[in-house]
Amino acid sequence: MTAIQEVVTAAPVVEAVPKKAMTLGFGTSLAMLALLIIVPLFVKNFIIFQLTMLLIYGLAVLALNILTGGSGQFSLGQSAFYAVGAYTSAILMEHANINYALTLPIAGIICFAFGFLFGQPALRLSGVYLALATFALATAMPQLLKLGFFEPWTGGVQGLVVTKPDAPFGLPIGQDMWLYYFTLVVTIAIYIFSVNLLRSRSGRAFMAIRDNEIAASAMGIDVALYKTLAFGVSAGITGVAGGLGAIAVQFVAPDSYTITLAISLFLGMVVGGVGWLPGSIVGSAFIIFVPNIAEGISKGLSGAVFGVLLFLIIFLVPHGARQVALVSQHLIGKLRKN
Amino acid sequence: MELLINQVLAGIATGAIYACMALAVVMIYQAIDQLNFAQGEMAMFSTFISWQLMQWGFPYWWAFLITLAFSFAAGIAIERLLFKPLAKAPILTNVAGFIALFAIINSVAGLIWDFTIKQYPTPFGSRPFLGSQLISTHQAGMIGVTVLLLIGLYFFFQFTRIGLAMRAAASLPESARLVGINTSWMIALGWGMAAAIGSIAGMMIAPVVFLEPNMMGGVLIYGFAAAVLGGLTSPLGAVVGGFLVGIFENLVGTYIPGVGNELKLPIALALIITVLVVKPAGLFGRHIVKRV
Repeated sequence: MTAIQEVVTAAPVVEAVPKKAMTLGFGTSLAMLALLIIVPLFVKNFIIFQLTMLLIYGLAVLALNILTGGSGQFSLGQSAFYAVGAYTSAILMEHANINYALTLPIAGIICFAFGFLFGQPALRLSGVYLALATFALATAMPQLLKLGFFEPWTGGVQGLVVTKPDAPFGLPIGQDMWLYYFTLVVTIAIYIFSVNLLRSRSGRAFMAIRDNEIAASAMGIDVALYKTLAFGVSAGITGVAGGLGAIAVQFVAPDSYTITLAISLFLGMVVGGVGWLPGSIVGSAFIIFVPNIAEGISKGLSGAVFGVLLFLIIFLVPHGARQVALVSQHLIGKLRKN
Repeated sequence: MELLINQVLAGIATGAIYACMALAVVMIYQAIDQLNFAQGEMAMFSTFISWQLMQWGFPYWWAFLITLAFSFAAGIAIERLLFKPLAKAPILTNVAGFIALFAIINSVAGLIWDFTIKQYPTPFGSRPFLGSQLISTHQAGMIGVTVLLLIGLYFFFQFTRIGLAMRAAASLPESARLVGINTSWMIALGWGMAAAIGSIAGMMIAPVVFLEPNMMGGVLIYGFAAAVLGGLTSPLGAVVGGFLVGIFENLVGTYIPGVGNELKLPIALALIITVLVVKPAGLFGRHIVKRV
């Protein structure tokens, strides 16, 4: 039995985002940067830690954004790549005594390879099937990490404790503060890399595949290569974020990287606006702070409040933070005219 | 040899759980071309409803019927209220919606009935079935219910007007609308039926895995694996897939050393990916050809 499905009438996987709408203007970017540099100087250590996590999850959401907003592929399995990155960093630091900063590129490369390889079978899948395969990957990951076979390195169910690095060169700042600025530098570097990647030949290839795979291949784009490449890059960045996360939290354990994390990252992307890179930080703020707020509204119902908020976002602002930003920009423009 | 036969039997018994779940997954997929990630939670909630009814003193089969009706209505309500407005939205938005639904149902169930594990009664008893140690009367009953459900669905889709209309709406919505079928309501009906089938699955599974808000986690993944193996477009495939996955799981656990309960989910993952790569349409699924 065969059935014919019209490609033209089928719902798109993600909405096409024009390339120019994917980033912020120069002035706004500088203002954001200044804010990120100054704020930690005035707040308590715990808030600095939260800000560090904000940047780290921001990176992970950004990675997913490149995959979904850029190349139009889905993943509900980012927690698996995050876990691999975290474990790579932790194992290298604790068992091989490698400097924490050096473990990050290694985590990135290992995750890139892992993502690239996982992208091979995922290539054949699209839309819901890809969501399903990555969903299964994320659910299976904690069990894989608990395996007795890897236990000498991973510490099994117990996990590994990671030592927090001190500020180098005798700088007179605390560990949390140092880690924040270190994370900020890594984040900015990766953000610039991502923006440039999407503006490059490869980025255009990603977007062509996102908008119409058949047309893209007709234009001579190697669809298979670029789809796996997008998976690899996304996994690599997530791996770096995972490594940073391990250093910041000082602990890795299989149950920190469950499907819940993958879903959070996915939601972060939806909230931030699919395909809008600066939205990643907004999405990351949503997944870090909103569960707390939800807990505050009702202790037992935090999941429900979270879900309801998500539905509100889908219905009222389907493009997430990007839409809010556009509307406010429009309003400010109007006010200036008056 | 006896070990093999025994393990296959036990596999069929666990497979019945996955078959039920897969059937619900396929029903939704038929209607809207989406995998409902909240399917397991909907089934769990229905099961809690039936448990509550029994706590209030309803006999088992009355509770069963009321729950069935409730789930059917709730499925339709969810579609009308939440997912109908998203029909034209990108797939991504729909997936986000399913996840939100998942979070809401899970948390509400936890709030109403809390997270302690509850015993759930079985109407079939739990004595050994025909003297076999591996399969109980409950498991035999579960297999029976699954097969009955499948036969019922077959007759519904093949021999009733509304079944035909649903099939038409699923395969070519535009042409179906032209001959006067209300495709929008067919989708709602699909949701209702999927929710009802899911509730049957939940009530059959609950005596085995015990009742609690997170009972469906692992089962749903295996249900997906079964649905994919059988072909997402075929109810028969889902049931056969369910039994095969159950048998496969048991045999792997028995014959490959080092694979026990701790590798349960990675096996499901490997299975899903293998099937999607080797035979994406599954064993009984329709092959979809795309026209540009």
